[in-house]
Amino acid sequence: MLSLAERRRSGRAAYWLIMLPALLMLVLLYLVPLFDVLLTSVTDPKPGLGNYGMLFTSASVQKTLLTTLRIAGITTVTALLLGYLVAYAMRAATTQRQHIMLFCVLLPFWISVLVRSFAWLTLLRGEGPVNSLLVASGLVDEPLALVRNETGVLIGMIHVMLPYAILTLYANMRGIDVGLVAAARSLGASRLQAFRLVFLPLTRPGLVGAGTLVFILSLGFYVTPALLGGGKVLMIAEYVAVQINDTLRWGLGTMLAATLMISVLGALWALSRVIDVRRLFGA
Amino acid sequence: MSAASPEPLVRFIDVSKSYDGRVDAVSALNLAVEAGEFLTLLGPSGSGKTTTLTMLAGFEQPTSGRIFVAGEDVTSVPVEKRGIGMVFQNYALFPNMSVGENIAFPLMVRRLPRAEIAQKVARALSMVRLEGLADRRTQQLSGGQQQRVAVARALVFEPGLVLLDEPLGALDRQLREQMQYELKQLHQRLGVTMVYVTHDQVEAMTMSDRVAVFSTGLLRQIAEPRRLYEEPESLFVARFLGESNALAATVTRCESGQCAAALPGGETVLATAVGTCDAGAAIDLVLRPEKVALGAAAQGCANRFAARVVEATFLGDQVRVRLAALGREDFVIKQPNAAGQGTLEPGALVEIGWRTEDCRALAR
Repeated sequence: MLSLAERRRSGRAAYWLIMLPALLMLVLLYLVPLFDVLLTSVTDPKPGLGNYGMLFTSASVQKTLLTTLRIAGITTVTALLLGYLVAYAMRAATTQRQHIMLFCVLLPFWISVLVRSFAWLTLLRGEGPVNSLLVASGLVDEPLALVRNETGVLIGMIHVMLPYAILTLYANMRGIDVGLVAAARSLGASRLQAFRLVFLPLTRPGLVGAGTLVFILSLGFYVTPALLGGGKVLMIAEYVAVQINDTLRWGLGTMLAATLMISVLGALWALSRVIDVRRLFGA
Repeated sequence: MSAASPEPLVRFIDVSKSYDGRVDAVSALNLAVEAGEFLTLLGPSGSGKTTTLTMLAGFEQPTSGRIFVAGEDVTSVPVEKRGIGMVFQNYALFPNMSVGENIAFPLMVRRLPRAEIAQKVARALSMVRLEGLADRRTQQLSGGQQQRVAVARALVFEPGLVLLDEPLGALDRQLREQMQYELKQLHQRLGVTMVYVTHDQVEAMTMSDRVAVFSTGLLRQIAEPRRLYEEPESLFVARFLGESNALAATVTRCESGQCAAALPGGETVLATAVGTCDAGAAIDLVLRPEKVALGAAAQGCANRFAARVVEATFLGDQVRVRLAALGREDFVIKQPNAAGQGTLEPGALVEIGWRTEDCRALAR
């Protein structure tokens, strides 16, 4: 007979055994390469922090960083604004309509980002349906440059990011007691006052959460800017890809990748000081 | 009550409300609330009492009919323009604001000067005995304290009319009774008109000047608590408020408000006729258990019958006795636990009796 302590020990061993394949995969395929990236960033082409110095000296690196921050920023603000409206409408709808709306919000997830980017490319090009309609309706005299520039990148990215914003905001709004807005009205607040003083402040955690999520995801975007930017709008991910694949400046590429990762982790850490991040992402 | 003030503060005129266009949640309601009174809307869930309150508050529009407050037609006036204070069952305190900010809310949206707001908030806080808690988060308060904040918030802008929607439903019994007392005190001190919704008949009886009993969308009866209990006009009211013995019978004779009715077993009972009553009409005889005399005390009663004890339950201050009498096994009487009273053993044969005026004959 095994003693209770022995049995507990063997139980724990089995527990670790079950986890072993997943742990091994995580360490070998994820943590080791990640460490290699960090190592390369301080050793290639020569040991030291020379690569990181380029953050302050290289004009092209700085331009890429600025472009990335600007695009991620505009994407975040726009996705939040549009997402807030959709989430608000969903919350107010009947249960049946809520399900239909939720289905429509989730629909794009079934289609790869690559396909969606090509679809936008087709829709927005000079002779595409959007421009044809605009010209035919007389709103504009000649086709607008909607794609292969920053506008195109923004349209594509906002489209991809919207569901994330909507779902995060919707989850937050569903937790708000509708009775509170009614109470505010009964105490003399107009519709606008009730929204501004009661509802909006209560959706702040949702706005912060959705904003963080969208911003972080936007920073690392690769496919959409590469395709819809037509090579003219260079964001960090594409810049890194160019260093690794074309110019073979691995040190510079890994440095930027490491910088991106450290900034994101830093931002999340700062955020966790203010709000409960685990709850925010439904963990 | 109605003689005291000529013009009621609130008047519902032929108000009906249907949510689905088929069933009326409230139908053809005519109701007047006198200025300064404490009126309770009482009824089981789905009886229309809450719908009536939400229409008065302005959250719902009547399907037909009109609502007047202080002589003005408010039927289509939006909620925030009605100036009616409201206390909700779940308190509905704003979680993003402190206790003080919650109470200041109605004053802030009315754009009162800051100094005046501070002064009124302080006064409201002391009125509900929450001095010094202005900076607390509402989540830090107990249920009773949260409800006090909700009451202060509904009263701070000095509305003439305050609506309370089952405000004590979430509190335990002891706290409930204390809050009932405090609300009643506030009502008397401020002279404000209160309309209170509850499904708890004891709460309605203890607090109200008048009680309006609702069921299935209809106002069944509105009267002072005592009258409602002593003189119910329908079987529903008699059963919903307190306990009643109800006996189906047929009128045999009727004159000057009194009638004789025959039970299916052939016994004749003398009762007070309520409303119209003709010989041959089917009625319900309604009799409160505590109005029934037992043994020697039954001697002088107009109605006297033999009965057999089925079960006697000792309840402390009183004994609840179930009898087999008048062809039924569920005839209930209540005897006060008086000094020198013997115990009633099951199977014992006794005589019961009651006065004509304590038994009401309600038209079916």
